[in-house]
Amino acid sequence: MPATLSTPSVTPRQPPPGFWRRFARNRAAVAGLAIVAGMLLVALGGPLVYRADPFAVVWAPLAPPGEAGFWLGTDYLGRDLLAGLVYGARTTLVVGTAAALCTVVIGVLLGASAGYYGGWVDALLMRVTEFFQVLPALLLAMVLVALFAPTLTTIALAIGVVSWPLVARLVRAEFLRLREREFVLAARALGASDRRLIWGVILPNALPPLIVTAALLVGVAILFEAGLSFLGLGDPNVMSWGLMIGSNRDYIFDAWWAVTFPGLAIFLTVLSLSLVGDGLNDALNPRLRER
Amino acid sequence: MAWLRFVLQRLLYGAGLLLAVLVLNFLLIQLAPGDPADTIAGEMGGATPQLLAQIRAAYGLDRSLPVQLLTYLGRALRGDLGYSFFFNAPVTALIWQRMPATVLLVVTALCLAVTLGTALGVLAACFPRGLLSHAVTVLSLVGYAAPAFWLGIMLLLLFAGAVPLFPVSGMRTIGQAGGLLATAADVAHHLVLPAVTLGIIFMAVYSRLARAAMLEVLGADYVRTARAKGLPECLVIAKHALRNALIPVVTVVGLQFSQLFAGAVLVETVFNWPGLGRLAFESILRRDHPVLLGILVFSTLLVIVANLLTDVAYRGIDPRIRVGAKL
Repeated sequence: MPATLSTPSVTPRQPPPGFWRRFARNRAAVAGLAIVAGMLLVALGGPLVYRADPFAVVWAPLAPPGEAGFWLGTDYLGRDLLAGLVYGARTTLVVGTAAALCTVVIGVLLGASAGYYGGWVDALLMRVTEFFQVLPALLLAMVLVALFAPTLTTIALAIGVVSWPLVARLVRAEFLRLREREFVLAARALGASDRRLIWGVILPNALPPLIVTAALLVGVAILFEAGLSFLGLGDPNVMSWGLMIGSNRDYIFDAWWAVTFPGLAIFLTVLSLSLVGDGLNDALNPRLRER
Repeated sequence: MAWLRFVLQRLLYGAGLLLAVLVLNFLLIQLAPGDPADTIAGEMGGATPQLLAQIRAAYGLDRSLPVQLLTYLGRALRGDLGYSFFFNAPVTALIWQRMPATVLLVVTALCLAVTLGTALGVLAACFPRGLLSHAVTVLSLVGYAAPAFWLGIMLLLLFAGAVPLFPVSGMRTIGQAGGLLATAADVAHHLVLPAVTLGIIFMAVYSRLARAAMLEVLGADYVRTARAKGLPECLVIAKHALRNALIPVVTVVGLQFSQLFAGAVLVETVFNWPGLGRLAFESILRRDHPVLLGILVFSTLLVIVANLLTDVAYRGIDPRIRVGAKL
């Protein structure tokens, strides 16, 4: 690697000044962050505190919340719903984060190549992007998971494969905007390689919108995962919120709690992530606030 | 003539996309683990090496990949997307049979979402500090964050369970006889909850979008001019602002079509609505992959057609858009 000492570094290593103050002023975003933190805590520490097997039949089926010490009641097989919720949090957050990561990696690679190189590379990649945007995302994910085995890895990859076009478009637009800016031209004039220009110079400056999108993508991925496991395409060896709703839905009129609580958990998590995303957006781009 | 060229151009583009979907389908079948000959033999009940070889020859599985791809494309373009062993029917026939229900659901939900969503958004923009504006915010959050299938179940609990206004599932009352009108009323009665569920999800998008677009348009110079001329406010909004605020809404209608089909899969499963989505769910349960892949092709085809129609409508609304300007 050549010495790039003198490459002007405009890399924002730290959040812009006033970031936390602006973020804290958005009460909805702070509440969202608190809920997301709570969910993370449950996902990481819950199974240690609440030692229960979410698949074990422990009581009569469809017991209402509070009966026999089961706070949220039991499902159609007599399994503890609270245990399901606690262990499902882990699945949900793991798959959601992994899938969002896949989405970002694919999207950044393709979007950065299209925006940086332009020309036929751009034309080709944009056609591919348009093609993927025409495909109904959930259906394609269903096909991928059904053809290849339903494991957490396949599910996360499938979600990544169907949702990257949004990220690719965003990154491409940022690269097009930044490509001819002075600091990029200066770095190029100093002999920085393409790789250094893409990853070290342009991408760091495209990070703010990407971070906001990533927060939203985790929420979208969680909805995807829930939908897939609701349809019976989840990993059968792992408890998840979508699976709980899917397996209990024939009994909704006997036991509203068995579908309501897992759904509320999904709703709250995705909602909080969306609020956090909005808060990040406002805090990272103070000038866009009034739009 | 420019218009005709534009339409032809879009048609060609759509055909290209369709071809790409078929190639993708072929690749997926090839990449999927498991030998198709094994699967077919399994369906027929047992496999000997001779039988496997026979099947390979009969289905052309022993030929080179390019030849197989061309055969596959040729069959697909003639409407042959394979055979479902579970339903014992050609995939295309199954799909044609289920398509009307899905189209009915999706179109109703889309109409609900666009009209109510736009109306809500426009009203919210006209009274930015009012109750409606807050309602739009709440609605868009619910529509964004609530899983479609869970929302459907909650509506079922409320309006089919607690207050039994609507039927629980299906599209028709079993055993109900009657004239055309009675049947239509029956279907409409069954349609309410699924369409509202799917509608709410997408209404969120349109109300937010219409509000943003309307707020922007209301600040534009030509609206100020119209007001300065002394035109009544309702005329300014209806004639000058609304038309321009609708442009982004129409664009998004086109973009949303593919997501609408995805949502339909979940909603149809909840309400046992006998459409393509429900068929997809059933084919997952039966591991009936040809059907699932066929549904992917068909719904993509529907999306392509819908996009084509949107593009044409788009030009009708906004004369500034010229041929090929935004391809």
